[in-house]
Amino acid sequence: MDLISASKLSVDSRVKQACFNLKKGEVMGLIGPNGAGKSTLLNSLAGLEKFTGELHINGQDFDSLPAKQRARLIGLQPQTMDSIWSLSVNDIVSLGRIPWGDTNNDAIQRAMKKAKVTEFAERRIDHLSGGERARVWLARAFAGEPLILLSDEPIASLDIHFQLEVMKVLKSYAQEHHGVIVALHDLSLAARFCDRLCLMHKGEIVSLGTAKEVLTKSILSDAYGVDVEVNLEHSPPIILAK
Amino acid sequence: MPRPLDMESGNPVTTMATFLIPTLSLLMLLVTWFSLGLGSVPVPVMEGLWGWLHGAHSQEALIIGEVRLPRTLLALSVGAALGFSGAALQGLLRNPLAEPGLVGASQGAALGAATVFYFGLFAGLGSLATAAAGLLGATATLFIMLILAGSGHPALVIMAGLAISTIAGAALAVVLNFAPNPYAMQELVFWLLGSVSNRGLDSLLILLPALLIGGSLIWRQRRLLAALSLGDRIAESMGLSVARGSRLIALGTAILIGASVSVAGNIGFVGLLVPHIMRPWVNHRPEQLLLPSAMLGAILVCTADICVRAIPTGTELKLGVLTSLLGAPLFIWLVWKERKRWI
Repeated sequence: MDLISASKLSVDSRVKQACFNLKKGEVMGLIGPNGAGKSTLLNSLAGLEKFTGELHINGQDFDSLPAKQRARLIGLQPQTMDSIWSLSVNDIVSLGRIPWGDTNNDAIQRAMKKAKVTEFAERRIDHLSGGERARVWLARAFAGEPLILLSDEPIASLDIHFQLEVMKVLKSYAQEHHGVIVALHDLSLAARFCDRLCLMHKGEIVSLGTAKEVLTKSILSDAYGVDVEVNLEHSPPIILAK
Repeated sequence: MPRPLDMESGNPVTTMATFLIPTLSLLMLLVTWFSLGLGSVPVPVMEGLWGWLHGAHSQEALIIGEVRLPRTLLALSVGAALGFSGAALQGLLRNPLAEPGLVGASQGAALGAATVFYFGLFAGLGSLATAAAGLLGATATLFIMLILAGSGHPALVIMAGLAISTIAGAALAVVLNFAPNPYAMQELVFWLLGSVSNRGLDSLLILLPALLIGGSLIWRQRRLLAALSLGDRIAESMGLSVARGSRLIALGTAILIGASVSVAGNIGFVGLLVPHIMRPWVNHRPEQLLLPSAMLGAILVCTADICVRAIPTGTELKLGVLTSLLGAPLFIWLVWKERKRWI
């Protein structure tokens, strides 16, 4: 059974007739130019945007899922996150347990270990660097142990070291019988870490498949409007605008 | 909720938090005792209280039971309502500068209560009329402010609050302008300055239910207050109903502010400063800020009332005037501190 099965999913004119699925253990990369509808699609899957069409989560009809149940199945890490109060890392990660209504210490410790934030668990969020914060937000999402994790540009402002760290963590999370959809701008990292890619352009899914199927010169130059150099044989894969 | 993580880490802040409620309780008892003992006539507090509780008509029983006890209990309840509502508002609006007075709720409550004062509306409700009008005024202004501020962006909240309090202030000026006689106007102005003297125990019949109902409406939304630290979209994605919960918190806050303004007038800055002082003691967690803020609010307002009585001025300095005099410089300091975050 697929974790997500979406058919003709539309969000007004921002996402049009999207059909896709997400399998257990899979990392799906959501790519596309700015304004393609990636965040809108992720938000609608997390219940933040109203949509039309059919959506099944782990075999259950999305509309029949109570909000709390939905939140236990689907975790969202939005594009921008911040804490208005100077909370400790520990407390922020614990907030991830809200869908379950508990403070399950084991789950919180596991999440912190996975995102490698245990060493600064007692520090305050506003005293951390951007890279450390990104991992805290990830740990917060892990703490709810959602079956499906939606991560919206988690590596946007990170240096290459942290980019790799975060992608590895997402990959290992998916491999623990979960599923991950991650919106990315870095096509090389997308090719390297994602099992499948979903390319969006002007609200539509224009290509869906493996890196080899999606990351072709013609598909990419159509979507991004620039010529690209693609070398998927190279390790790591190289996709650059000319 | 148990906090096993904090226990394990042995974080000193948590150790402080463990002693917070007992310490505040002790302080509250001390202030209450001091407030009951303070007055122009020295009276033994225990004997007076004991006598009053047993229906004695002795001088000390009357002074303690009829004069000082209502004043003390009112100061404590008004302070608790202001502290609690301040903590709730700051958590809801995600803004450390939010305060009943700054978001327009106090002015709305004052306008409602003043209108009833003059025009004798809700006559059927008797002494509850001003409280009902205060509640209506506070609710209306808070909800208009929330609609106007929309997304809850910190700067927008302050601007919307300013707009609403200006309108409520203008309407209040109109009511004062058309006062039926100068005495009525003087009475109203004095009441607006904020005081808990000469109120009688029946004012507690308004304040205590308000504390109970408003407080429990907010208390049940602690999880939402915690989640709102990360923004309303995160809270929504974690399965919480942000719109409904926010309305309930706003309603609870309006009940607390409406009741306290209708009984004691405007007592400014308590709702702003108390949560700010308490925040580091509860690890900055908005949901754990509520009870300590209510307790410190009670302690501070009661202490301020003790000062008002102890300061030898010809005319008694109004409680609200004192809190404003002391609170305004602290507010300036707070703005100065917050500048770093906003720029």
